[in-house]
Amino acid sequence: MTKNKINILVCGGTGCRASNSETIMENLKQELENNGLEEQVSVVKTGCFGFCEKGPIVKIMPDNTFYTRVKPEDAKEIIEEHVIKGRKVRRLLYEDPETKEHISDSKHMGFYRKQIRIALRNCGFINPEKIEEYIARDGYDALGKCVTEKTPKEVIDEIKLSGLRGRGGGGFPTGLKWDFASRNKADQKYVVCNADEGDPGAFMDRSILEGDPHTILEAMAICGYCIGASIGLVYIRAEYPLAIERLKIAIDQAREFGLLGDNIFGTDFSFDVEMRYGAGAFVCGEETALIHSMEGERGEPTVKPPFPAESGYKGKPSNVNNVETFANIPVIINKGANWFNKIGTEKSKGTKVFALAGKINNVGLIEVPMGTTLREVIFEIGGGIKDGKKFKAVQTGGPSGGCLTSSFLDTPIDYDNLIAAGSMMGSGGMIVMDEDNCMVSIAKFYLEFTCEESCGKCVPCRVGNKRLWEILNKITKGDGTMEDLDLLKNLSNVIKDTALCGLGQTSPNPVLSTLDNFWDEYVAHVVDKRCPAGECRALLHYVIDPEKCVGCTACARACPAGAISGTVKHAHSIDLTKCIKCGACMTKCKFGAISKK
Amino acid sequence: MGKIKTLADLKNLKTDLQSKINLREKGISPEKLVQIKVAMATCGIASGAKEIMDFLIDELDKQSINAVVTQTGCMGYCYAEPTIEVTLPGNAPIVFGYVDNNKASEIIEKYIKKGEIVDGVLPVNYETIDKK
Repeated sequence: MTKNKINILVCGGTGCRASNSETIMENLKQELENNGLEEQVSVVKTGCFGFCEKGPIVKIMPDNTFYTRVKPEDAKEIIEEHVIKGRKVRRLLYEDPETKEHISDSKHMGFYRKQIRIALRNCGFINPEKIEEYIARDGYDALGKCVTEKTPKEVIDEIKLSGLRGRGGGGFPTGLKWDFASRNKADQKYVVCNADEGDPGAFMDRSILEGDPHTILEAMAICGYCIGASIGLVYIRAEYPLAIERLKIAIDQAREFGLLGDNIFGTDFSFDVEMRYGAGAFVCGEETALIHSMEGERGEPTVKPPFPAESGYKGKPSNVNNVETFANIPVIINKGANWFNKIGTEKSKGTKVFALAGKINNVGLIEVPMGTTLREVIFEIGGGIKDGKKFKAVQTGGPSGGCLTSSFLDTPIDYDNLIAAGSMMGSGGMIVMDEDNCMVSIAKFYLEFTCEESCGKCVPCRVGNKRLWEILNKITKGDGTMEDLDLLKNLSNVIKDTALCGLGQTSPNPVLSTLDNFWDEYVAHVVDKRCPAGECRALLHYVIDPEKCVGCTACARACPAGAISGTVKHAHSIDLTKCIKCGACMTKCKFGAISKK
Repeated sequence: MGKIKTLADLKNLKTDLQSKINLREKGISPEKLVQIKVAMATCGIASGAKEIMDFLIDELDKQSINAVVTQTGCMGYCYAEPTIEVTLPGNAPIVFGYVDNNKASEIIEKYIKKGEIVDGVLPVNYETIDKK
């Protein structure tokens, strides 16, 4: 086996392909052939390096040399200098913008990697069904340290100092929450893990539970030690069967190893974890609704106070944290609060996991330090917009969040900046939209979701959201008026001010943020009866350009509604009263004579 | 395995496990093992990761290649599922995306047998917390 074979990796990500990386590959192969090296050296296409700004990227293995902004004509020099003579091509190396030093080994280029994995540290590394692999990667060290060497107060202080805030969306300081629960005296307290992930497009909690279930158990036990609880409950939706299975295996293994159960680490601290299943209702992610659902009651929220820290599950003090929040805890204990609070921004510490979805090239799960900009996330890590289209907006925060336009691309992402921008962090779903997405339809989509998920307890949410949806629907059908736009705004604000829980208070956000950022688009629907993005079917008109139409009859044969008339070799026309706007004619036309307006 | 009673128990167990994993990963042990991890979260499984894992196990077995195939969680590259990570003895792990049976055979034939990387490598674009 020739293990020392040289491999040349060329980025085949969309960004690099657009700047000729395929020609670079061809040229490299050609040069190798010219030098008779095609047997010893191979040229390989890779996925996106997440460094599109400096692309195209060429990396040489095994010495890890990292060339940036390579041009097709550089191929000859790379082969002749680097591969044959073993001398690096200095001018193509990455230059550190601060020190002006050339950096050749990608192992020392950590800074270009925008991501740091803390909550996802074990996902994709360990076998989630083997506790041994978790232990080998410092698993349960933090729990051991806490129960044998620290007082609960010391641990809570550490979490407070770390600046960790709730990753489920609200951003409440975790240490403070633990402190409240620890102060309330009771014969029994509970630690609850909120695994009721419900935002459309967000799946980080599921991935953590599936990839690293022990970290949640360890963190829950640490929390139990801090607040004086001996029982932990994981509230998880039944739609996550794999996460449930892996969590069950993890609980059994932890019990077998004595890491859950009585007298953990030989101390008098005892803690065990049980599972509770939800039927997958969005509102049950709200902590009071979640607790009612666990008690077997209807999943409806109640007014706070009393907070769960005073009276939670079965009326006992309970602490509810989200999965991603828990996943940070063991690292904070192991590395120290002062390590953790150096990452992130002034008020938002650490990292945040985002689920990138929508019209973006690298759909996936990423973890970046707080303060990373939307531009870095979308255009560097995410590899930019699909099919070279234009970025229009990014929706963050799920149905409670809002749509941010390109003017917010350079805003550092943290809890407070997103709220100031009219959106919110939420659980971390990021849905990227391009020029073909109609913002009125987007707002309607989210309203449809909240109407469906509203528990119906309070009037503003039950009735108000339905009315909002109806107005939006009217607008997308071309029947809206300017008064409707005012009504949308007023009604949204009333719902925000009067709804009972977080769901209702935030449900108008998608409407308000699109009204703010895309007012012109609403006006186009209402006044011009036109959908600029071409998404609202009712507002579309298909027309045949008589200049381009050759009268081939392909469109007339394709039309299922018989709306196209005309004779052979003469320009055809569409009867708009019969047209069902399916677009079949446009796909069939070989002459580009049909367009939608 | 007995219960862990003290922090020292846990540390001993950890050292023991780490040295076993080191042996396996660094290939110091007599049988040099090829390690393959298959990303098996819901997303991976939905794109066919289970079939790929079975295929790899069968194929490596048929060809008597000394390898361990294990499952792991989501690697984050949803756009390129199914994804697998291959570690050859003494080499850094390499992640391959868009793995179907053909790609898996190509990886066995070219990378595992000859050390020749094939198309579809997903570069690591994040930092881990291990070295900090």
